[in-house]
Amino acid sequence: MLRFVVRRLLQVIPTLLLLSLLVFWWLRSLPGGPATALLGDKATPERIAEINRGLGLDQPILTQYWLFLGRVVSGDFGTSTITGEPVLSEIARFMPATIELSVVALLIAVLLGIPLGYLAARYRGRPLDVATVIGTLVGVAVPVFFLGYLLKQYIAVDLRLLPPSGRLSTGIDATDVTGFAVLDGLLTREFDASLDALRHLVLPAVTLATIPLAVIVRITRASVLDVLGADFVRTANAKGLAPITVRSRHVLRNALLPVSTTIGLQVGLLLAGAVLTEKVFVWGGIGTMLADAITLKDYPRLQALLLMGAVIYVVVNLLVDISYAVIDPRVRLS
Amino acid sequence: MRSARRLAAVGAALVCAVSLAACAASERGQGGSGTPADTLIIGVPGTPKHFDPLFASDGETFRPSRQMYDTLITHKRGTAQLEPGLALEWTPNADFTQWTFKLREGVKFHDGTDFNAEAVCFNLNRWVNLPSAAAQTQAIYYADAFEGFTNNLASAKDQPVYKSCTAPDPTTAVVSLNRAKGAFPAAFALTSLSISSPAALQKYNGDKVEQSGQAYTYSEYATAHPTGTGPFKFESFDRTANTVTFVRNDQYWGEKAKVAKLIFKVIPDENARKQELQSGTIDGYDYPSPADWKALRDGGFNVLVRPVFNILYMGINQKNNPALKDLRVRQALAYAIDRESLVRNQLPEGAVVATQFLPEAVAGYAKDLKPIPYDPEKAKQLLAEAGQSNLTVNFYYPTEVTRPYMPNPTNIFTALAENLRQVGITVNPVPQPWNGGYVDSITANGVHDLHLFGWTGDYNDAGNFIGTFFGRNKPEFGITDQSLFDEVAKADGTVDPAGHAAAYEQVNRDLMSKYLPAVPVSSAPPALVLRENIKGLIPTPLTDERYFTVSKG
Amino acid sequence: MTTFTARRKARIDELAGGRSLTSEAFRRLRRDPVAITGAVVVGLFVVVAALAPLLAPHGAAETFVELKRDLRPGTIPGPMEGFPLGSDQLGRDFLSRMLLASQQTLLVGVLATVIGLAVGVVIGTIAGAFGGWVDTLLMRLTDVLLAVPHLLLAISVAALAANPSQTTVIIAVAIVGVPIFARLLRGSMLAQRESDHVVAVTALGVRRSAVVLRHMLPNAIGPVIVQATLTLATAILDAAALSFLGLGDADPGRAEWGLMLAQAQAYLDVRPALAFFPAVAIIVVALGFTLLGESLREALDPKGSR
Repeated sequence: MLRFVVRRLLQVIPTLLLLSLLVFWWLRSLPGGPATALLGDKATPERIAEINRGLGLDQPILTQYWLFLGRVVSGDFGTSTITGEPVLSEIARFMPATIELSVVALLIAVLLGIPLGYLAARYRGRPLDVATVIGTLVGVAVPVFFLGYLLKQYIAVDLRLLPPSGRLSTGIDATDVTGFAVLDGLLTREFDASLDALRHLVLPAVTLATIPLAVIVRITRASVLDVLGADFVRTANAKGLAPITVRSRHVLRNALLPVSTTIGLQVGLLLAGAVLTEKVFVWGGIGTMLADAITLKDYPRLQALLLMGAVIYVVVNLLVDISYAVIDPRVRLS
Repeated sequence: MRSARRLAAVGAALVCAVSLAACAASERGQGGSGTPADTLIIGVPGTPKHFDPLFASDGETFRPSRQMYDTLITHKRGTAQLEPGLALEWTPNADFTQWTFKLREGVKFHDGTDFNAEAVCFNLNRWVNLPSAAAQTQAIYYADAFEGFTNNLASAKDQPVYKSCTAPDPTTAVVSLNRAKGAFPAAFALTSLSISSPAALQKYNGDKVEQSGQAYTYSEYATAHPTGTGPFKFESFDRTANTVTFVRNDQYWGEKAKVAKLIFKVIPDENARKQELQSGTIDGYDYPSPADWKALRDGGFNVLVRPVFNILYMGINQKNNPALKDLRVRQALAYAIDRESLVRNQLPEGAVVATQFLPEAVAGYAKDLKPIPYDPEKAKQLLAEAGQSNLTVNFYYPTEVTRPYMPNPTNIFTALAENLRQVGITVNPVPQPWNGGYVDSITANGVHDLHLFGWTGDYNDAGNFIGTFFGRNKPEFGITDQSLFDEVAKADGTVDPAGHAAAYEQVNRDLMSKYLPAVPVSSAPPALVLRENIKGLIPTPLTDERYFTVSKG
Repeated sequence: MTTFTARRKARIDELAGGRSLTSEAFRRLRRDPVAITGAVVVGLFVVVAALAPLLAPHGAAETFVELKRDLRPGTIPGPMEGFPLGSDQLGRDFLSRMLLASQQTLLVGVLATVIGLAVGVVIGTIAGAFGGWVDTLLMRLTDVLLAVPHLLLAISVAALAANPSQTTVIIAVAIVGVPIFARLLRGSMLAQRESDHVVAVTALGVRRSAVVLRHMLPNAIGPVIVQATLTLATAILDAAALSFLGLGDADPGRAEWGLMLAQAQAYLDVRPALAFFPAVAIIVVALGFTLLGESLREALDPKGSR
C-alpha cells in the first residue's frame, strides 16, 4: 500500500511541473507581457524595463522559470494589483467562504445523488427513474447563473424564505474565529449566528450542487445497473442470499467504486462553478476574487488562482486514487 | 440496502434542516423590518479604497468620508449653494488672494483633540507639502484646486495657488494665495479638503502612500484610523463581509445623528442590491437602475431622485484618426445621433438632452443654445463634404459600471453606435471594464477615437466642468487648438461672479459652434431608494448625501 | 501514465474503443425515443439557424419607431401588431433577434467545437500514429489541460485577450475541447494500429500517411461524432457563462442567446421574457445535443444499452 502511495505521489510531480510551466508560459503570453499586465495602461518603456528587471525578466528563460518556481514554492504569488495586498493573504481570507460553500454543495450532491441514483436504477424504467433521468439531463443544461437568479428571485425575494445574498446578515453580532461562519457560531456558542450563516448557505449551495448532483445521480444509476447485471450478483441471488444482503453487501459496495472517483472529479467543477455562483449570490470567496481579477485584469491574482485551482484538482484526484486503492486491491497491482 | 437507506435518511435530514432554516427565516421575515432597529444599512455599489478624503477621487471612497468629516464650507443640503461648515464666515480681500475664515468654537475631533485655526493651518500645510510622488498623484482634487505642491515630485506643475496660512487667534484662519482663482471659495467645500485631526495624522503616519505595481497602499490613518469632526465616527471596515461600520458621534457640534449605527454594505451587482432591499436585508441603496424605479415604487419603496447636476458626452479624440480633426466630421457625428430618443428610451424621467457641456443649474449656462437636432441626412452630407463617407471609428465604452450620469453604458453605446452606422460610419466596438482599463485607455493613453464619459459637478462652478474637460491638452480629446485653452483660462481667471458667468456662457457658445471637441448628450438624475420607514434623507445634486439626518421609523 | 484523471481518461479511452457508425447502431437509434427527441430538437435548431435571415422579419440591430414610442427604462413594450414578441430593451424586434441569435449561437458552438476537434484530431493522430516519446509528451500535455476545470480553462484563455470579442469566445471555448478530442483520437489510433485490418494494409506496402488518413482515421470517427455532439452542448453553455462574466462578445448589437441572457438580467422585473426566451432556448438546445450525444454513445457502445 505504501509503495502504491509513493508511486502515485512521484507520478504527480511531473504533471505539477508541466502545469507550472504552462502557467508560466501563460503569464508570459499576456498581451504586452507581464510588466504591461502589472502596470496596466500606465506602462511607459522606462517603467516596463524597471519592472522587467524587478521580475528578473532580463535573465535567460530557464533561470526565469527556476526563479518563478522558487517563488511559487515559497508561496510568493506577488501582490494583487487591485488591493496592493499579497495575493496569498487574500486567498487565505477568501478561502474559508469557498470551502464552506463547496463542502455543503458537495454534501447535498452526494447525500441526495447516491440514493436517487440507486433508486432510479432499482426501479429502472418506472416513473421515478424516468423523472430522475430527465432531471439530470435538464440539470446539466441550465446555465448556473440563470438558475441561481431564479432561486434568488422566487425563494428569497418573492417568498422571503431565505436571504438573497451574502454570507451573514449585516449588523448581526458574529465573532470571527476560523473564517467558517457556521463553525464560528458553534465554537463561540452564538447559535443564532450559525443558523443565520446556514440560511445564507442554502441557496448558493443548492445552485452550486445542481451539476455535481446530476452527474453523481447518473454515474450511480449506471454503475448500479452494471453491477446488478454482473455474474457475482446473479450467483449471490442464486445462492439464495436475502435480497437485502445482496443489495448492501454486493451491489452498493461495488457500485460505489466508480462513484467515488466521480465525486473527486466534481471538486474541480465546484471550483469553476463557484465563479458563477459566487457572483450571483455576492458570496465573498475565491470565485468572486477570480471574477474581480478578470474584470480588473489582476494578473498576479489570476495566476495564483489558476495554479491553485489546478493543484487542488490534482491533489484531490490523487486522494481519490488512493482511497480507490484502499477499497479495491486490484488497483494497487496495475 | 441498509447503507442506501442510511444515505437516504441523511439526505432527508439535510432537506429537513434546509426547510427548517427556511421556516425560521420566514418567521423572522414577517416580523417587520429585517434589519436591526437603530442601525441603518445602506447598499452601495463599490468598495472604498481607504478613508482619507485627501487621497480619494471616486464616489465610493468619498461616501464614507462625508459621514466622518466636515469641511470649512459646506453645501446647503439638497442644493449646490454654499453654507457655513466648520467656518462660520469667509471673506476675501479685494483681489481675492486672501481668504479669512471665522471658525466655529467648541468643536472637537473624534480623538478628543480641539478643532481650531492651528488645526486648519496644519491641514493646509499638510496638503501642499505632501512628501512623495505617490501621495501627490493620489491627491487629485487638491492638485486640481491648488494646481501644485511645494516640491512637485510627480509632474511638472506650476507654483501652487496656496501660499501660506496663519492663525492669529484660535477661531481665525487666514489663507493666503499666490494668485486669484475662480474656483474659490466653492472649492473649500470639496470633500477632499476635509479637515483631519492633526494629532491622528501624526500618530498614524497620514502622509504615507506607497506604490507597488499598479496598486497604491495607504497609511494606517487612511485604512484604520480616520479622524474627523463629523456626525459619525469610524468603527470598522470588514474586508471579508465588505461592510463599513460607523457609530454616532455623541459629541457632534451640530444636529446629532438619529441612528446609533450606520453601515455601508458593498453589493457590486445591481440586481443583488435590488433583491436585498426587496427581501428586507438592507434599508436602502444608492443608484437604483432607472429600469427598476417603477417596480421599486410599485413595491412601496421611496425612490428619491436627485436634482440633475451632471453631463454625459460622447467624446472625440482627434489624435489617432485624422478625419476627426475636421470640424465637419465632428458636426456630422453630432447630427447623426438621436439624443431625443436616447433620453426618452434609456434615461430616467427628469433626464434632458444636453445643449452644452454644463447642466442648467450651473452659473455660466448659456440659455440661448439649442440642442443640435437629429438629422442623419445632414450628417451624411457633412461627411461627404469632408470626403469621409467611409469613416471608421474605434468606439470605446465602459462595462462593469454604472455612473450617475450614465446608467447602463452598454445600452447607450448600442443606441449611439446604431445611429452612427445608419449614416454610413463603420463602428468598431471596444468594451473595457471601467476600472479594468477603460479609464486609463481614455484619460491616460488616448487610444480611442470615440468614447462615453461624463462628469458630476463637485461644486457650483462652470470651471469645474469646462475647465476639467477642455482647460488643457488631454489624451482624452487630443485637442491641439491653443485658442480654446486660452479662452477657458481667461474665463477661469475672471473672478467677479457676473463676469465669470458671462465669460463661461461665451465659452459654451464657442464650444458648440467653433470647436465641438465632443458631443454633449444628456444630463440625467441619479436616484437613491429607501424603505418606506426611512425618513429624513435629503438627496443632493452633488451626490454627497450625509446620513445623520436619517431616522428609522 | 499518471492516474489522477485515470477514470476520466478511462472513460474517454473506452469511448475510443467504440465502433464506427454501423447499420446496427442506426437501427437501434431509430427505435430510441430519446435519440429521436434529441435529433428533432437539434434538427429544428439547425434548420432555424440556417434559415434565420429568411425567417426573421427584421434585422438584429434595426430599431423601430413603433417600439421606441412607448419604450422607457421601466417599460418595454410587449407583443403588438407586426412584432409578435414585442420589443427588446433598445426598441428592436425581439422575435427577429431570437431567430437570428440561433445562427450566432450555432456558429459559436460549431466553430468552437470544430476548432477544438481539428486541433485535437491533429494532436491525437500524431500521438496515436507515432507513439513513443511524441505520444508521451503530447499526452502529458493533454493531462495537464484536463487537470484544469473546463470553465476555469476557458476563463483563463478568454482573459488573455486584450479586448473580448466573438473570436476570443470561440477560441476560449474551443481550447476546452482540445485535450478531450486528442485523447479520444489517440485511443482509437492505438487500438487500430494493432488491428488485423491495419496490419494487413501496412503489410501490403501502403504508405504510412495513407494508412493513417485513409484507414485509421475514418474508423475512429464514430466516437468523435459522439463527443462533438456532447461538446456542442457544453460549448453553448460555456459561451453563455463567459458572456455573464463580461468576457463575451464586444458588439452588443449582435444577437446571441448567451449575450442576450446576460444583458436581460437588468430587465427581469420589467420584462422577464427578455431573459426567459434566450434561457429556455439555450436549455432546450443544450438538452437536444446532450440527448442526441448520449443516445449515439449508447448505440455505439458494444456492451449494449444500459
